[in-house]
Formats: sequence, structure tokens, C-alpha cells
Amino acid sequence: MIESREAEKIPVTVLTGYLGAGKTTLLNRILSEPHGKRYAVVVNEFGEIGIDNELVIGADEEVFEMNNGCICCTVRGDLIRIIEGLMKRKGRFDAIIVETTGLADPAPVAQTFFVDEDVQKAARLDAVVTVADAKWLAARLRDAPEAKNQIAFADVIIINKTDLVTPAELREVEARIRAINPYASLHRATKCDVAIADVLERRAFDLDRILDIEPGFLVAEEHDHDHDHDHGHSHEHHGLKHYHDEDMQSVSVWLDGEVDPAKFMPWINRVTQEQGPNILRCKGIVAMKDDPRRFVFQGVHMMLDGDSQREWKSDEKRESKVVFIGRNLEEDEIRNGFLACAA
Amino acid sequence: MTEDQATTSLAQHLRPFDAGAHVVAAAFLDEAPALALADGAVLIGEPDEQKRVEAHPDAATLVAVGDGKTFLTGGDDGRVVAVGADADPREIANAKGRWIDALAMRGRACAWSAGKQVSARDEAGSVRTWGAPSTVRGLAFQPKGYRLAATHYNGASLWFPKVEGPPQTLEWKGAHLDATFSPDGRFLVTSMQENALHGWRLADSRNMRMTGYPGKTRSLSWSHDGAWLATSGADAVVVWPFKDKDGPMGKAPRECGVREARVTKVAFHPRALVVAIGYADGLALLCRLVDAAEILVRRPGGGPVSALAWNGSGARLLIGLETGEAGLLNLPG
Repeated sequence: MIESREAEKIPVTVLTGYLGAGKTTLLNRILSEPHGKRYAVVVNEFGEIGIDNELVIGADEEVFEMNNGCICCTVRGDLIRIIEGLMKRKGRFDAIIVETTGLADPAPVAQTFFVDEDVQKAARLDAVVTVADAKWLAARLRDAPEAKNQIAFADVIIINKTDLVTPAELREVEARIRAINPYASLHRATKCDVAIADVLERRAFDLDRILDIEPGFLVAEEHDHDHDHDHGHSHEHHGLKHYHDEDMQSVSVWLDGEVDPAKFMPWINRVTQEQGPNILRCKGIVAMKDDPRRFVFQGVHMMLDGDSQREWKSDEKRESKVVFIGRNLEEDEIRNGFLACAA
Repeated sequence: MTEDQATTSLAQHLRPFDAGAHVVAAAFLDEAPALALADGAVLIGEPDEQKRVEAHPDAATLVAVGDGKTFLTGGDDGRVVAVGADADPREIANAKGRWIDALAMRGRACAWSAGKQVSARDEAGSVRTWGAPSTVRGLAFQPKGYRLAATHYNGASLWFPKVEGPPQTLEWKGAHLDATFSPDGRFLVTSMQENALHGWRLADSRNMRMTGYPGKTRSLSWSHDGAWLATSGADAVVVWPFKDKDGPMGKAPRECGVREARVTKVAFHPRALVVAIGYADGLALLCRLVDAAEILVRRPGGGPVSALAWNGSGARLLIGLETGEAGLLNLPG
């Protein structure tokens, strides 16, 4: 699955966010910055883009279910067609930005990059960037599951329109976001005035980069939640409000040491197959017994991408961690199942 | 097989040249070799005397089909352009702001799709349109009569442009891409997103599955007698039998041209049961169906073979690659 010419693949940034959050503002900002890069932009509605951009393609968000042997998933058929067509213009653009509609589920977009051979040869998914409206997010999270999916799925979250909320309200919004997505990078913004480097060229799906993006990924949680999880509760912890979302779960399991690959590989494959529909994203870095290299993986629903990476450095602790984000996850099965893989 | 032995290689009869851009399709226009390029141009003529026709200026050519006289090209500029041996481009249609996703030609009739909209233009130039349920990725004219097959999600539709009323739908879940009728009109075959071919026997709409491919099969070619369908998408050409009433149903396909490289293009010879095969590593060879005997035509090098075309008599073969290399084979004797 890992192509040898990774560096030559066209990076694709997926831009998502509920209606009115500011996606178009961000898109227009990216296109008008003097960075010298040429973008092909895939949108659902023409006329939104205020800047003259050579390559703007209208998409229909045609999603279909693909059955390729043991993998069954939904993909964006129109994106496959569009990327194939864009490759005929290879050399005339540097990157692709795909803007999805407000109600879009990011999973089919991401899965398209895991599952289609031609797309995999030509392009690589760079990051899912979600724009959230600081003032209205809490309400959206209550009434729109799509908004929650977009937060759960993101690698980068821009909390926009911060000028419309108080600092206390902003902290609340961030806590609610963290309850859903423990590892996306968060940026506060007004009119999406984030640095472009925080949004593009993130390499968030690069197995090599998982630790670079989140140097704290392997740090054990401050405490383990042994108590029963009520729905929608919050509690004070070290003076900070710590939210648990009522239906989106993030399950992190840390193992102080190595796993036995003969136990771990079948387990991770089985968990993603069995709980695939419920798992939005998963990630992990694992130390394997008798292997000097780190094993890094990440997945979207049932799709799993994993590889042995560089060797553990002499000053690095050999430890293992997995994170699952989703709904209706069999939390005990994940927690105990992973811990049982210990070497 | 040791490549390049005197009796098994035609490589010295291949005249290589550089087309300069990804070759989308190859054809002979009367006797002139022609290549439709991704950069919007069509190159017409012998390798040292080619004319460059800007069919889609400042745009990309997405699809192209040739029929021995005319090249029909569709671009991301929304235009459909016809070019003959005279190298004079004629605009057939302009679907402003959309991409041309599929094309079909039969005689002087042609058809194109832009998104969900399918248009058919008859010999007199009159155009009818139809809205498909989703983007149409493949079109094919039925061998007899003025009827078109259009692929989309979950099946294909058979549309009579001159008849009122909805087209007949042939259903099968999944994304259908290319479409082709068997020369006798009894079967419709489609390639799918899911590494498989699908088909229907039109008499009773019976479904046929041709599966087991490791990759997508996007190149399909019928033998001159209509008895065989050669297909790409595996590390050999998979050839399905279509001679009797059940077609390929219940039968195993033949394989030829087995190598450690994916077959990307196939083209049956116009008069003999010989298939020209192009691979992902740029190699091309001819394979005789009866005994799978192979003759090398082009050594590996460059990117995948993306275009293959025989001239009318089968004495010449034109080859184009994704990386812009090309070659013209003149069969000796």
C-alpha cells in the first residue's frame, strides 16, 4: 500500500465545517495569499469563491458503497473521477483543496484515498481541516450529528468568530471540542485568520509524522477514568472543566511497554473489522517485542494503514498507545483487548 | 521468455517518437497515425511530419475515441471536438463549465456526457439530451439502431434518443464506468470501480459477473469476429468467450501475455485473433490467442501504456504512453 514515490503525490486538503462557520472565508484567504502555490479547488457551489482561480471544479458529492473483497465502505465517486481528470493537467497545480458541504460526513472523502488504487497512486490525503463557529458550535453539537462527526474527524480545527464570544465561553467550546477529539490541533481565529502553514501541508496522514505532529501523543493520561461514564456529565479536575461528550467517545489506552505482534496484529485487524462502522478514526504507536522499529498505524472506519517506521531512539521509552474515536464503541473490549496484547 | 530473439521480437520495426504529453488515445485517421494528448492537442501524421492541432486550447483532453476516420475528443473545457485527417478541428458541442466525461461514436452519429447530462447527435446533426441519475462515465452505441447505453451508479440505462419515455434500466449495485456492446448486440459489458466487469444479456437482462481482477479493468477490446473480449486489469490479458448463447456465463476465461506487470491497454487485431497488449512498465507485445505465443513490440521503459490502435488493415500499430513516449510499428511483410 505504501507507494515509493510518496513525495510526488499531490497533497489533498479536505475542508469541512458546518454552514456559516467560515469555510469559504478560509478558502478565499488561501487562494489570495502570495505563497506561489497553485491550487485546484473542488467545491459544491460555484460562485462562492471570490478570487479568480484557474482550476475550480464543481462536484456533486456522489457517494456510493464499494465492495472490494473484505472491505465495504462508502467513497466519493465523483472525487475519484475528478482526481483522475485533474491528473491530465499534472504539472499545472501543486495541491488540491476539497470543500465539502456543511452536512457532509468526512469519512467517505477520507476513505476514497485509502481504497482507490488510481487515487492512491496520484494523490495523498494531507489533512482534514474543520472550521467551527465559536458562537454556535455548542448548539450544533446538540442538534447535528454531522457537526460532531466533522469535529471528531479533524486533524486541524479552527475555532472561528472568537470575537463573538467571551473568553469563558471560548474555553467551554474548546473543552467540548477536546471531549470529542483529543488530538486535533486547535487554533483560535477571527475571520479564519490562521497561518496558512497551520492548515496546509500538515502531512497528518503520514505515518512518519504522527509523533511529530503530536509530540505528547505517547504521554499517559493524567488519570484513568475508572468511574462509570454517565451521559453528558462534566467534572472539575485540577481546576479545569473536563467534558465527556454524550455520544462521541474517545478511548485512549496506554501500555507501559511492548506488545506481542502475534497478539497485537490479529487484534487490531479484528477490532477495526468488527467495530469499523462505529470507529471514526483510530491511531496508534506501538513498540513490538523483538523489533527495533516503531509500528505506527491509523485508520478510518474499517480501513487500516500501518507500517513499521524508524527505529526507537536510544533515549526514547519503548511504550505503546492507541486512540479510538467513535460512537457506541465497545470500550472495555478495546481497553482490555489492547492490554492483553502486552508482550 | 527471452525477449528479443529474432523470431520473437518486432522491436526493431518500432519507430519510437516523443508525443510530448500523456497520450490519452491513439487512432488512425484514414491512414494517418494520430494521438490525442492530455495537454489538449491532437498530433496527426507520420512521426517526422506531424501536425499539432490545438483541439482544446489551454485545457486538458479527458477522453477521446477514434473510428478510423475521425478523432472525437472531450475536454475539461466542456467542449467536444472532431478532427479528421485534414487536421481541421470542428467543435461539436460546448457544455460550458462542465467536464466531458464520456464519448461514443458510430458512423456520423456521436454522443457525449457532461456530468449527468447525456447528449446524442444523429447523422443530421440533431441533438437530444437525457438526464441520468448520476454522472455518466461510459457511453456506447448499440451496433444496430440508434440506441445508446449510458453507465452510472447502480447500473446502466439503454436510451433511444428519438423515442419519448424513460430509458430501460439495467440494474447492478456499484459504480459502473466504461460500456461496450458485443458486436452482435446481444450483450452489454461494463467495467466497474470495484475491480470487476459486469454484463447483461440483453434478451432477458440476465446479469453476468466477471470478477477476480486485482485492479480496475478499463481497457476492453472485441475480436473481429465478436467471439472474444480482451480485458486489462490483471498481470495477463483476460479474454472472455462470447460466442454462444450464454456468452461468458459459466465459462473460464483464457489468459495470455502473462508477465509480472499489470496490463493497462489491449487492442484486438482487426482481422486475426491476435491481441496487442500494453503494460504498466511500458512494454508492449502481441499475443496470439490460439496458443498464447508472444512477440515483443516495445521493450519496457517509460510509464504505463495508455493508448493502442491498429490501422484498418492491421499492418500498423500505434502505441502511446502516459509519460509521452510513443511508437509506430509497421509489421514486416
